[in-house]
Amino acid sequence: MTMTQTTAPATGSPSPAPPAPAKDGRTSERPLVFRLLARPEVGVFLGAVAVYVFFLIAAPPVRDASSMANILYQSSTLGIVTIPVALLMIGGEFDLSAGVGVITSALSASMVSYQLTMNVWVGVIVALLVSLAVGFFNGWMVVKTGLPSFLVTLGTFLILQGVNLAVTKLVTGNVATDDISDMDGFGQAQKIFASSFDIGGVQVKITVFYWLAFAALATWVLLRTKYGNWIFAVGGNKESARAVGVPVAFTKISLFMLVGVGAWFVGMHQLFTFNTVQSGEGVGIELIYISGAVIGGCLLTGGYGSAIGPVFGAFMFGMVQQGIVYAGWNPDWFKAFLGVMLLGAVLINLWVQRTMTRR
Amino acid sequence: MDRLSQPRSRRIVPVVAAAAAAALLVAGCSSGSGGKKADDAGNNISAGKASTPRITVAMITHAAPGDTFWDTVRKGAQAAAAKDNVKLVYSSDPNAGNQANLVQNAIDQKVDGIALTLAKPDALKSVVAKAGQAGIPVVGFNSGVSDWKKLGLMEFFGQDESVAGEAFGRKLNAAGAKHTVCVVQEQGNVGLTQRCAGLKKTFSGKTDLLYVNGTDMPSVKSTITAKLKQDSSIDYVATLAAPIALTASQSLSESGSKAKLATFDLNKDLVKAVQDGKIQWAVDQQPFLQGYLSVDSIWLYKNNGNYSGGGAAAVLTGPAIVDKSNIDKVAAFAAKGTR
Repeated sequence: MTMTQTTAPATGSPSPAPPAPAKDGRTSERPLVFRLLARPEVGVFLGAVAVYVFFLIAAPPVRDASSMANILYQSSTLGIVTIPVALLMIGGEFDLSAGVGVITSALSASMVSYQLTMNVWVGVIVALLVSLAVGFFNGWMVVKTGLPSFLVTLGTFLILQGVNLAVTKLVTGNVATDDISDMDGFGQAQKIFASSFDIGGVQVKITVFYWLAFAALATWVLLRTKYGNWIFAVGGNKESARAVGVPVAFTKISLFMLVGVGAWFVGMHQLFTFNTVQSGEGVGIELIYISGAVIGGCLLTGGYGSAIGPVFGAFMFGMVQQGIVYAGWNPDWFKAFLGVMLLGAVLINLWVQRTMTRR
Repeated sequence: MDRLSQPRSRRIVPVVAAAAAAALLVAGCSSGSGGKKADDAGNNISAGKASTPRITVAMITHAAPGDTFWDTVRKGAQAAAAKDNVKLVYSSDPNAGNQANLVQNAIDQKVDGIALTLAKPDALKSVVAKAGQAGIPVVGFNSGVSDWKKLGLMEFFGQDESVAGEAFGRKLNAAGAKHTVCVVQEQGNVGLTQRCAGLKKTFSGKTDLLYVNGTDMPSVKSTITAKLKQDSSIDYVATLAAPIALTASQSLSESGSKAKLATFDLNKDLVKAVQDGKIQWAVDQQPFLQGYLSVDSIWLYKNNGNYSGGGAAAVLTGPAIVDKSNIDKVAAFAAKGTR
C-alpha cells in the first residue's frame, strides 16, 4: 500500500493494493530515504522524538528511567486500544464507543464475579464475550444498514454510558463495583493483566510489553497476511474490494470486534489494578484513541495507515501529559499546553508527509 | 448483502460453543473467598412511613453520572422520601444551563418542593425566582453556602468548602506536613477550587496544585506518580474525592515516595484504607445527611411550617474528620454505601 502512496499526494485516496508488491518503475528510482520517510509512521516518529527531546531538556525528572517507565505505562493504557482503533480506521470505520467500552468490560467482569461469587476468571471470560458482542453489534449495524460508523458508534457510546450506570446501580445498589481483590483467581489475573517487571531496578508495567507485542502482531497482520490486505482494501474502496472478492462484511465486523478485544484488555487491566470500577468513567477517552491513530498517520477517510504509527501517537500523548507535570509548569495551563504540544507534533508530522511525498 | 449471512452463521457456532463451555466452567468456578456471599448484609435504613399526605419533591443536582459521592446523597434523599411519604424525582446535570432547565421542568410539573445544589448560582438565579413566584419552597444543599440567601432560598444544608479546606490545612499543620499537593480531578469546579484555596490559607507549608483527569484512572495514577517524582519534597498528598484518593495511594506505594495521603470525602473502600493506615484521614461532609435533610426539611415545612436556621444561617453537615481514632464507628455504615 505504500507504493500507491508514494506516487499520490498525501491527501489523495489510495486505491486498494494488490497483494503482491508490483514494482512500477517510478518508485524504484526514488532514493531509499524518501521511500522510508513517506511511510505513514515516520512523521509521527519524528514528532514523538521532538517531544521527547523537548521534555528531556525542559524537565530534568524525565531523564530518570523510572519516569520513562511511568510515561510508557500511561501511553500503553491508551496505546493498547489505539492499535485496533487504528486498524479499524484503516478499514474505513470509526469507533466512538471504545472508551466507555473499556469500562463496560471491567464492570461486567467485576459484577459477574462478585454477584455470583465466582472465580474472577469467569468474570474475565464473560467480559470478553460482552466486549466482542458490543463490537459485533457495531460492525453488524454498520455493514447491514450502511449508516456511517460515526453515527452507529455514537449511539453505542451513549447506550453503553447509560447501561454502565443503570446496570451497576441496579445490580450493586451503588455506582461503583465492589472490591474483588480478596476473591479466588484475583492474584492470578492480576499477574497477567496488571503486574510489573523489574528491569535494571526500574519497575515496568506489563501493559507496556503487551502494547509493543500487539503493535508488532498488528504490523505483521497488516503487511504480511491476506487479512491485512483486506483491511486496506475495504478502507480504500468498499465496492471495488467487494468486486475483487474481499469479504467486506467479515473484515469490517471483525475489525470492530478487535476493538472490543482491545477495550476488554485495558478494562481487565483497570479492574485488576484498581480492584473496583466507577461506572461513570471512560467518557472522552475514545477521542484520545482516535487522535492517537490519526496522529499516528492513519487517514480519517480510511485505506491508509500503519500499526506502528499509533504506538508513537499514544506515546506522544503520554509523554506530553506526564511531561508537563514533570516540568512543573503552572497546572492551570495544563490543557492548553497539551493542545499546543499536540498540534505542534501533528504539524511536524504533516510537514514530513507533505515534503516526502511531493517530490 | 448476501455475503453477510455466510460469515454470520459460521460465527454462531463458536459463540454457542463458547457459551456452553462457559456455562460448564461456571459450575465449577465458585470463589471460596470474598464476593457477594461474604458481604451480603446491606439493609437500607427504614423507619416506618408518615401518614401525612403524599407530596412530590424534585431534587436537582450538578452531579456527573456515576459518582459515588452523589449516589450517597441520593440514598439519603430516598431514605427521607420513603419515611415521609414523599415522591422523590431525582435529576442531575453537570452543565449549569441544563440544570436550570431541569429546575424549570420541575416547576412545570408543579412539584411541592425543590431541593437543589448551587454549584453555579448565577445560572440558577432566574429559575429559582420563578419557583418562588410559583409558590414552591426551594431548599439548597451541598454547594452554594455563600449564595443561598441572596437567591432567596428557604434554608441550606451543606459544608462550607472553604471552611472544610481550612480544617484540612490545620490538620496538615498538626501532622507536621511541610509541602502538600492538592489534586484536583475536575478543572474549573468552584467547590474543588475552594477546598484547595481553604487548605492553602491555613496550611503553613507550601501548597502545589495538580490537575488530573478524573474519568481516566490510569492517567490519574501516572500523573500523581509523575508529580511525586518531579518534586521529591512533597510530604503530603491531598485529594478531593474518595476514588482519587484510592488511586493516589497506589501511586504512593509504587513511586516509593515517603509522602502521606489524606482526602476529602468518604466511601466504603476508603474506610478500609483508613483502617489500614494507607490514608491518614478523610474530611467528610456527610453527603447522606445533606440528601436526607433536604427532603425531610421540605416535608417539615409543608406539614409544620418549620425551617432550619431560621432563614439566616446555613446548617452545616461538615467538616467531620474521620481518621483512625473514629473510623470503626463509621465503617459499618459506609459498607452499606450510606455514609
